[in-house]
Amino acid sequence: MEKTALNTLVSAEAIAEIDHWIGKYPADQKQSAVMAALRIVQDENGGHLTTPLMDAVAVYLEMPKIAVYEVATFYSMYEHKPVGKYKICVCNSISCLLCGSHEILEYLQNKLGVGLGEVTSDGRFSIKEVECLGACVGAPMMMIGREYYENLTPEKIDKILENLK
Amino acid sequence: MANEVCFKNLHLDEPWTLAAYQSSGGYSVLKKILQEQTPAQTIVEELKTSVLRGRGGAGFPTGLKWSFMRRDDPGQKYIVCNSDEGEPGTCKDRDILRYNPHALVEGMLIAGYTIGASVGYNYIRGEFWEPFERMEAAIDEARAAGLLGRNILGSGFDFELYNHLGAGAYICGEETALLESIEGKKGQPRFKPPFPANYGLYGKPTTINNTESLASVPEILRNGGQWFLELGKPSAGGSKIFSVSGHVNKPGNYEIPLGTPFRDLLEMAGGVRHGRKLKAVIPGGSSVPVLPGELMMEVDMDYDAMMEAGTLLGSGAVIVMDDTTCMVKVLENLSHFYMNESCGQCTPCREGTGWLARIVHRIEQGQASYEDLDRLEDVAEKVGGNFYAREGGRTICALGDAASMPVLSFLKHFRKEFEYHVEHKRCMVSGF
Repeated sequence: MEKTALNTLVSAEAIAEIDHWIGKYPADQKQSAVMAALRIVQDENGGHLTTPLMDAVAVYLEMPKIAVYEVATFYSMYEHKPVGKYKICVCNSISCLLCGSHEILEYLQNKLGVGLGEVTSDGRFSIKEVECLGACVGAPMMMIGREYYENLTPEKIDKILENLK
Repeated sequence: MANEVCFKNLHLDEPWTLAAYQSSGGYSVLKKILQEQTPAQTIVEELKTSVLRGRGGAGFPTGLKWSFMRRDDPGQKYIVCNSDEGEPGTCKDRDILRYNPHALVEGMLIAGYTIGASVGYNYIRGEFWEPFERMEAAIDEARAAGLLGRNILGSGFDFELYNHLGAGAYICGEETALLESIEGKKGQPRFKPPFPANYGLYGKPTTINNTESLASVPEILRNGGQWFLELGKPSAGGSKIFSVSGHVNKPGNYEIPLGTPFRDLLEMAGGVRHGRKLKAVIPGGSSVPVLPGELMMEVDMDYDAMMEAGTLLGSGAVIVMDDTTCMVKVLENLSHFYMNESCGQCTPCREGTGWLARIVHRIEQGQASYEDLDRLEDVAEKVGGNFYAREGGRTICALGDAASMPVLSFLKHFRKEFEYHVEHKRCMVSGF
């Protein structure tokens, strides 16, 4: 298969950002930037990775493809199927469970009419159940994009989603 | 007394800025060390006097850890901060990163000076974007002020500090998995020995400390090790941040002296919600043994008292449960977490955590037999040893133990509820 160069798949800004991350590590340790690179190309691709993207990252960082696939499938923030423009990650771990995360998950699924891992027909939302996000004193909580939303109630969720429209 | 160390600046306006940090004496310790060229040994001794123990969960003495690295040994060395906060219930480092990032920068600078490392990495979990941005801003401010980079304040000391972002994996909180992750690999723990002080990041000698430990260092050295020690107890100096979550009226992070009675901490957190009865507490993050409420009410919040009571202080995450809580449901949640987060490297953990999760799920669903209770105990011991017999686990890292301790402790203290589920195929309590 022909190798596709990363710069034909992603923007110059994305490449510059990846280069910034490469600069944090010793010159012979480019592989250290793989986690950042995968995040950057995933973001630019609308929230999920594809094989051509992973392969191009491997070439760019001079890594075996398999080493990139390993990383991309080990860490839970990388997606391999399309997600909504707004990926709603609801924490389901103990402190959130005690404070009603089940009701939050149920409410979101009913409101948006999709199950876990599904995308709404307009492509705007998807819901994911995730493990502890480290905001336990604000339980129940969720993350959308890079934002945390804490002390959730159905009314609060309505407002948050309304503001995303 | 509260908020004297990592949360000292919480009351300030925009406490995360360099100006706010310096207004309360920030970076004065670093400047003094660089001016006087304080011997590394002096810094290590002061930390030993303070009896600061690792705040990530393991409680290893920080001064002793720093003494494993010699400042004058040649070659590249690294200081790494573990900000991969992910133990369910724990959310203290997030607030240090958000509200007092310069304390961590100064702490890492001092650590770098002491162990002879010219580069530091701060590993922040990938979901912590806001904390990451605060840390990035703090590093930029420090660099602009000449506090990072080459020849800092004309002292000849060079130090660079970088943030690394994770991407969602609890296991990377294990220090050698974290190093693998910085190296751009799956986060799977390494065999030890060799320990990181000999073979760490990129194979170089490395010291890894938790965020709260490192952020405590400047304040300890400013006021003296003895001052810090006297905040706490002889076996464990200082104050500690406790994340109190679950069924309390005022969940939050409370920085209080070690040795504070649990009942006082519970009161600070507003007591049990709706005036209900305290049923159980997991006092140190989701992996430590649970204690029944009445036992917990008599325990002090420090390392030794917790051990004596049959549990661990861990990360200081205090998870409070009231009498509406079904303990089977809670254990089902915990066991599911460890199954999901097992890295898959060691067979007892990879297979065993699945067994535990499935058996507890079966009990919760009312589809289990009495033999399943014994099987559950048996599998838990095979995965993580027996905490009560002080038997360690059978795996490369402590995740196996972490999966096993909740199972054994829930069965020890709340077996009746599990039997009720088997017998009546439903919960003993109505909460869930």
